[in-house]
Amino acid sequence: MQKKTTILQLRNYLVATVQTTLVDQDFITLRDRLVSQVGNSRCTGVVLDVSELDVLDSFCVRTLSDMARMIRLRGADMLIVGIQPGVAFSMAQLGLDLDGVPTALDLDEGLAYLDSKSRRSSGRIPAWH
Amino acid sequence: MALKDSMRPSELPGDNRAGTAESPVTQRIRIDAIPDIVTARQHGRELADRYGFSETQATLIATVISELSRNMVLYAQGGTISLRMAHGNPSVGVVIRAEDHGPGIPNLDRVMMGGYSTSGGLGLGLCGVRRIADEFRIDTQEGKGTTITVTKWSE
Ligand SMILES: Nc1ncnc2c1ncn2[C@@H]1O[C@H](COP(=O)(O)OP(=O)(O)OP(=O)(O)O)[C@@H](O)[C@H]1O
Ligand SMILES: [Mg+2]
Repeated sequence: MQKKTTILQLRNYLVATVQTTLVDQDFITLRDRLVSQVGNSRCTGVVLDVSELDVLDSFCVRTLSDMARMIRLRGADMLIVGIQPGVAFSMAQLGLDLDGVPTALDLDEGLAYLDSKSRRSSGRIPAWH
Repeated sequence: MALKDSMRPSELPGDNRAGTAESPVTQRIRIDAIPDIVTARQHGRELADRYGFSETQATLIATVISELSRNMVLYAQGGTISLRMAHGNPSVGVVIRAEDHGPGIPNLDRVMMGGYSTSGGLGLGLCGVRRIADEFRIDTQEGKGTTITVTKWSE
């Protein structure tokens, strides 16, 4: 059976790609896999590509923001890429937002965002006098 | 308690007129468990695509079906989604009806204000559906069940 989501490691990031429509349990499974793998692989960022999802209803959006919050608590950033135009439109009409979870157009932009973020934060580590 | 929004006066063909040359037979999808939600919204999207709705409108229709059927699974031990076309002038509409024999929604006014949930949800489903809908009607009776009818026009 084809996997519903794949998770690859790219440098110090995890890239999770949704391959097909997910039912609720698949979202929970994905969340649990990411939350555990992000620690095992010492990743600093997770990019979740949802371009294959044709609906993000209130349940999905809540699960995604929970997922991002858990990953943040594990010390990494999560970013969502690939929200389709129609999906963005219907989320806005439903009054749903991702609760501060950053988003980007596609994987390239998502990785660029994480790179710039980690550069900024490493610059912020106080110098040792 | 019934609540009705009608933003377009055109008469909708009743169920008895489904099956004529221009409107296909009503599709009924039984919703018992979460995977049925996906089936139902795929039917809705197919119907929207077949009748030339835009991609965005097809997504809105699929989202409405998703919200209504999830509510039936969560709160009413399941129900039925019926889909049919309405033929207005000049556009066509998809009519989505979600019918269940669950407990009903006693505090409908509060629910429709949004942000109210008995399941730890966001409580945005029903008021969001009402915002997406061109026509929205909800009939609910305590102990008897709930029927929600949404029409989305192609233009
Ligand atoms: N078919 C139904 N039968 C009985 N009660 C319902 C039904 N649909 C909704 N409700 C009640 O109305 C409340 C609000 O529903 P709504 O879909 O707006 O939000 P929610 O399901 O709680 O959260 P979400 O934002 O995830 O949809 C529900 O919590 C539930 O108590
Ligand atoms: Mg709901």
